[in-house]
This record gives sequence, structure tokens and C-alpha cells, in this order.
Amino acid sequence: MPNNPLAEIRAGFFAECEELLETLHDSIAALNVEAPDADLINTIFRAVHSIKGGAAAFGYERLVDFAHRYEGVLGGLRTDHSLITESMRLMLMQASDALEDHVESARGATSPPTEGDSILAELQMQLGQVRDQHDQDDFFYQPVALDLSTLGVETAAWQVVFAPQGSLYSNGNEPLFLLRALRTLGATDICCLTEGLDSGLAEFDPMQPALSWRLSLPAEIVEADIREVFEFVDGLCVLTISRQPRPDPWIESATIEVIQPSPEANPAPSPRQKTDTIPIVRVDLERVDRLMNLVGELVINQAMLAQSVADAGIAPNSPVMTGLEAFTKLTREVQDSVMMIRAQPVKPLFLRMSRLVREAAISTGKQIQLITIGEATEVDKTVIERLTDPLTHMIRNAIDHGIEPPAMRLAAGKHACGTITLKAQHRSGRLMIELRDDGAGIDRAKVMRIAISRGLIAGDSPQNENEIDNLLFMPGFSTANSISPLSGRGVGLDVVRLAIHGLGGRVSIQSQPGEGTVFTISLPLTLAVLDGMIVRVADQTLVIPLSSILETAALEPNDVRAIGSGLSVLELRGGFLPLFDLGVELGFRAPIRHDDGGIVLLTRHEDESRSALIVDTIVEQRQVVIKGLHRNYGHIHGISAATILGNGQVALIVDPTDLLSRPPLPPSDMAIAG
Amino acid sequence: MNDIVSPIPQTAHPTHGTETMELLSFRLGADEYCLDIMSVREIRGWSRPTPLPHSAPHLCGVINLRGTVLPVIDLAIRLGLPGVMGDLRNVFIVVCLGDVQTGLLVHSVSDILTVPRAELTPPPEVANYAEQKFVGALAVVDGRMIRMLNLLAILPDPTTEALA
Repeated sequence: MPNNPLAEIRAGFFAECEELLETLHDSIAALNVEAPDADLINTIFRAVHSIKGGAAAFGYERLVDFAHRYEGVLGGLRTDHSLITESMRLMLMQASDALEDHVESARGATSPPTEGDSILAELQMQLGQVRDQHDQDDFFYQPVALDLSTLGVETAAWQVVFAPQGSLYSNGNEPLFLLRALRTLGATDICCLTEGLDSGLAEFDPMQPALSWRLSLPAEIVEADIREVFEFVDGLCVLTISRQPRPDPWIESATIEVIQPSPEANPAPSPRQKTDTIPIVRVDLERVDRLMNLVGELVINQAMLAQSVADAGIAPNSPVMTGLEAFTKLTREVQDSVMMIRAQPVKPLFLRMSRLVREAAISTGKQIQLITIGEATEVDKTVIERLTDPLTHMIRNAIDHGIEPPAMRLAAGKHACGTITLKAQHRSGRLMIELRDDGAGIDRAKVMRIAISRGLIAGDSPQNENEIDNLLFMPGFSTANSISPLSGRGVGLDVVRLAIHGLGGRVSIQSQPGEGTVFTISLPLTLAVLDGMIVRVADQTLVIPLSSILETAALEPNDVRAIGSGLSVLELRGGFLPLFDLGVELGFRAPIRHDDGGIVLLTRHEDESRSALIVDTIVEQRQVVIKGLHRNYGHIHGISAATILGNGQVALIVDPTDLLSRPPLPPSDMAIAG
Repeated sequence: MNDIVSPIPQTAHPTHGTETMELLSFRLGADEYCLDIMSVREIRGWSRPTPLPHSAPHLCGVINLRGTVLPVIDLAIRLGLPGVMGDLRNVFIVVCLGDVQTGLLVHSVSDILTVPRAELTPPPEVANYAEQKFVGALAVVDGRMIRMLNLLAILPDPTTEALA
């Protein structure tokens, strides 16, 4: 981020907006139409008000205007709770969506959306608010804080004394920015008052601010403009604004006032003093990432150290070994803590999806409710960010192709309102996201027809249900007969699958005709570390994710059955598993006979299928730091990433499912493999 | 392969005040090649690379460069010569193109040469000369012919390399 203080405050404002919008959505969702909770309505009101206040400070007129009108609507609701109805609640939701759009457009300096205006107008009509149009127009220009031409009846210059309280700093405000903002208003004679330091070091409390500032502002400025600068630190400072020159404002207290949250704006305690809020520090993501990389190095270094200590033949109970063990434990803890910094709940993602569902329901004329489960489930921030697009696409798909129109649903004996369930949970060290709709399910006959007509499969090839369902993920497949505005923009589920693969995840599909479809996405919790089994194959060291290994067993040559064309299966407890030699699959060696044993790893794939992989030896089981390869190579078949081992060697991390998915090998691969 | 941008800096470039450029020369078998020293990050002793499955023949694999995974190329194979293959007598020249670092496996590094820019000439056009696109310029220094390599052509392009 550039060293532009204004850009930083602005970024802070938008980060705050995100939180406020989240609060807003939550509160509206929690609003009980039957018995509205006054606190909730106040929270909603305050969220909108805070966005307005911040926006005004930055001169985002359209945003301020919209938020102001929205606030007016909410004000009406606040005075008369009986006005709140279910349809009103929906409209409030939509208005919040529009507000979010306005925030986005202010952030990206794009043209603001227009659809929100009609919603507000409708809300106002429902509330019987005959707003004075003139009043609104006036307001439109009000936030431009630089209007210096206002009447100058009083001639004395403004004297402002600004004394921050401790809470101002602990809330992350920076007086310097305020002073800069004041200077753009024309502040002169800015003078730092150091009386707070006079009592000497013995009395000095480093946790209490000791500095305050005095400055003059041109007489023609309106007082409201000055107050607006301090809007963010409302209640966090002692602020005196007066006309007369005031040589020493500290002597008396007559005009000193702690700005109380005005009853109009903040009926309850200031929004910053939300009850039971955990203090939060906002940190540049780049810094967290750097810390993350450093911890990665630390883990590698620790492993290298451990290896050299072991090589040196030091006695197990010596102080060095004990110290090293403690060090290993600490490293692991540091690593976990750093991971936790990046972990975020999936809630914002789900919120976005609920908005999507609302909008899509309107545009398709279907009735849909979204149920979200497990919003607090945490996962790495990058995973969340990169999940937005695929999930959006899948939900659009579910609405467009899955959920039937109300009439058809009623005819099928279902509730007119379709249900989409979005569920997140942790399962065996991965994040599972389940997207379930209760729609028509996959029309397999139609899928087959299209797949054949597009030449994706041969007409006579028999396909089982699972295979047919998976055809949806083929590139260039789209079942929509006509291009609808929702899905069907030429990108299909293949793009979804690609995106999820890119995150080290997988997506699978299950469908019951007439009952609906379930998409299951399984993702790693972090893109940084992985629990792996370190194995040796054909003189190479490889890492296999522990999550994909079911069990290990010694390879008994008697259990191997050749089934022709170079393929063989492993007989295990009465069943047969496809058997592959990891070294051969990766092209590291030619097929060999496994008479002398070896070890098989039973791997489980996302689609619950199993297979057996032959490796030479298992070295150990440990956590490894993932180092991406894709930036330099694109996708390497069967390899998800690399890591650095304790001896400094790079080891590749195998992705068994990808390895055994067997795409057509390009010609050069054959040359290497042979 | 798209057009090859000439790596020779313009002699009359105003911001490039110097009349000469420094080249790092190294041996591949019996031949001597060189690279603009500005693209060289460091020279590293050989360590056994981890091979990548199903990769092009000139890609030796990856090595650990202080915690990052660095791809290394057998430069000789890339140029169509018998491969270096690598042992403890060989070295990696770590080069940087844009923000991508790559290791080049060569037999040995021999010298740093200072060559007047004016003496660097583009190689003659020879039809079907496989090596041609890799050599960006030629120069004669002390009676020896110097071949300056064009890194842009040598380094793998992640988008096309998979099929190379």
C-alpha cells in the first residue's frame, strides 16, 4: 500500500463499511416481524448512520445521499415498530444490498447503481413518508465540506481545541489525519499543547494521551463542517469549538464539552462501544503473509536443525535433544497461531451468497430461501476469497437449473418455495462445503443426450449415474436450452471445478431425480501447510497428503492380479482395488515386478473411490510447508505443490486423485515415461 | 514461439550511459557462452535437483534456494547440446527475468568480460539453425567468439512449456 495517509484512512473506512454492512445484514435477518426488538432497529439505524458519516468525511455524495434517505426510512421504523412487516423486511434487505453497491461504487469510483432508489422510494411510500424533495436536494450538496462561501456574519475566527482521550488511540484513530483534514479546511496556527507532560516523568502515565492541539480556522467556515471532521472520534476526545480567541483553554471548563452522541444520531451507546466486542487490530494482509513465510522458513530450518542434531549422534536424553524438542513444540505452536491469524469465518462469503439468492429469486420469479449452516467455520482467507466465484456460479446454477418454478413445485407435491442449503463444516482437517437444493435433480437422459450431441462421449458408451452426473463438469457442457441472464454465459461447471482444483480442493455431485442435487466441495483449511506422509519411490522422496491415505499395508505379491493391458488390481479383504506404482505413474521408472514386497498405500479419493499406490518405503509422517509450483510451471499432472525437507531437498507433494484421473498424456510425456 | 525481443540494449540509449556492458561467460562442454551480468542473480554450487514428473527433457527439476523452490534447466540440453547432467563440479547460474528466477545448469563459470556495446552484433541469419533463436548477439573478444544468450527465448514459458 502506498504511503498515502488519505488512502489509508479511506481503506480503513471501507473496511469499516464492510463490518457495518455485515452488522446491518445480520440485524435485518434477525429482525422478528411479530415483535421487533428496539435494540436491533437501533443497531440497523446506527450502521447506516455510521456509513453515512464516514462517507460524508470523504465526500462520497451519492453514497451519503443514499444512506441519508435510507436512514430516514429507518428513522420512521424506529418511531413506529408496527410498520415493520415481512415484505418490509425484504425490502430493507434489498436496500442494504443497494447500500453495499453504493459503497462498492464509491470504493471503485464506478457509477453507482440505480435500482436502490426505487426500493427506497417504495419503502418511503409504504411508511407514508412524504418526504420533502427539496430537503433531499439540499442534502445532496451538504457533505461537500469545502463550501467556503457561506455567509460570514460572525467575523471572529474559530478556535478549536482538540484533546484526544485514550480511547481515541486505542480505537486506532490518528490525530494527524484529523489535523490534515482540518488543514484542508484552512486551519492555521496549529499548536501542540504539552501541558499534560508538565507534571514530569514520575507522574507520567504512558497509557494516557498527554498531547492536545489548538488551532484556528477561518471565520467563514460553518461549525458543522468542523464537527464533521471529528465525526469519527465522536465521544473519544474533548473538543472545544469557539469563536473568540482563547489564549489558554485549559484554565476553565465552561466551554469544554465532551461531544455526546447526539440523541438523533446515537440513541444507544456509541457504536464503537458495542457490548462484548473483542478488540480487533486491523493489519495489512501483506504483513501477515510475510510473517507466514517467515514461519514457514522457521519450520524448515527447525527440521534441518533436528536432522543435523540427529546425524551428529547426540544422546537422546542430552540437554540438546530436550531443548530441541521444546523448540519443535514451540515452532509448531507459533505456526498454528500464525495460521489462526489468517483464518476467517466463512460468514461474509455466505452473506454474499444470501444476497445472490435474493436477487436471483427475483429475476427468475422463483421462490427460494437460503439456509446457511456453520457460518462460523473458519478457513484461510485466501480460500474464502477464491471461493466466491465458484460458489456464486454453483448457486446460480442451482437456482437456474435446479429449483423448479413454483407451479411445477406445487404440482410435484413440494412446497412452492425452494430451499437451498449452504453448509460449512470441518471434516478431517478439511473444509467441507455442501450446497444442497431441493429442486428437480439432474435430468440424466438430457445430460446424456447433450453430451452425445456435443461429442463429449461416444453414443454407445455405457455410463453409470455417477459418471453421467460428472459430465456436467466437462468443458463446454451447458444444459440450459436458452441463455438465461443468470447462468449459461458460456462458462460451465468445468470452470468451477478448475477453480476449486486450484485451491487444492475437489468438488463432487450427487443427485436424486425429483429430490434435488448436492454439490460437495472439499477444501484444505490452509494453503500453507499440510500433514503428509513422506515416502521414497524410485530414489525420489515424495509427500502424500495424509488426508488421502486410508491405510498402509505390506505388498504381498500373491495379492496382485493382472487384469490385462498393463493394469493390475490388489486383492484386499475379499475386494479388489486398482493398483498403481507411484514411480511408474510419475514417469520415474519403467514398470517393474514387485516380487520383493514394497508398501501399498490405500488412498481414498473425493468421489469415495479407492485405489492402491505402490511405494518403496515410508520415511516418516510430518507436517510440511507447501511451496507452490504453478507460478513457474502451470499444472503438473499428479503434483499439487512442493515442499522443502529437513535435509534441504525439495520434495514434490503428490495429489493421488489427480494422478490417477489419467488425462490424455501429451507426446513428450510418453518419451520421458518410457 | 513468438517474436524474440533482442536482448541487446540500444547503444545510443540515453539512460544507459555506459558504452560497455559486462558479460558473465561460462562453459557448456567445449563451448563458451555468456549472459548479460545484469540478469544474473547469483552462482550456486550444484545440488541434486528434484525431478518433476512428465517434464520437458531440459527441465532438470527444482532445487531449494533458501526456502524457495527454484526450477533449474540443463542449459546444454536446452541449446540442443549433450546434457550437462550435473555433478559437484558443475554450477547453477541463477538468473532473473522479470520477477521469475530460474537456475541454469552449466559446466563451469569462466570469466567476467567487459565488451563495448558497439561490438555486439546480431547473429547472421541461418536457416533451420536450431540454436539461432537462443543466441542474441555475437562478439569477438581477444580473438575468441563470444555468444551472448537471449534469456527470453531460453527460459520456459509456463503456458507453452507443458507441451514442449
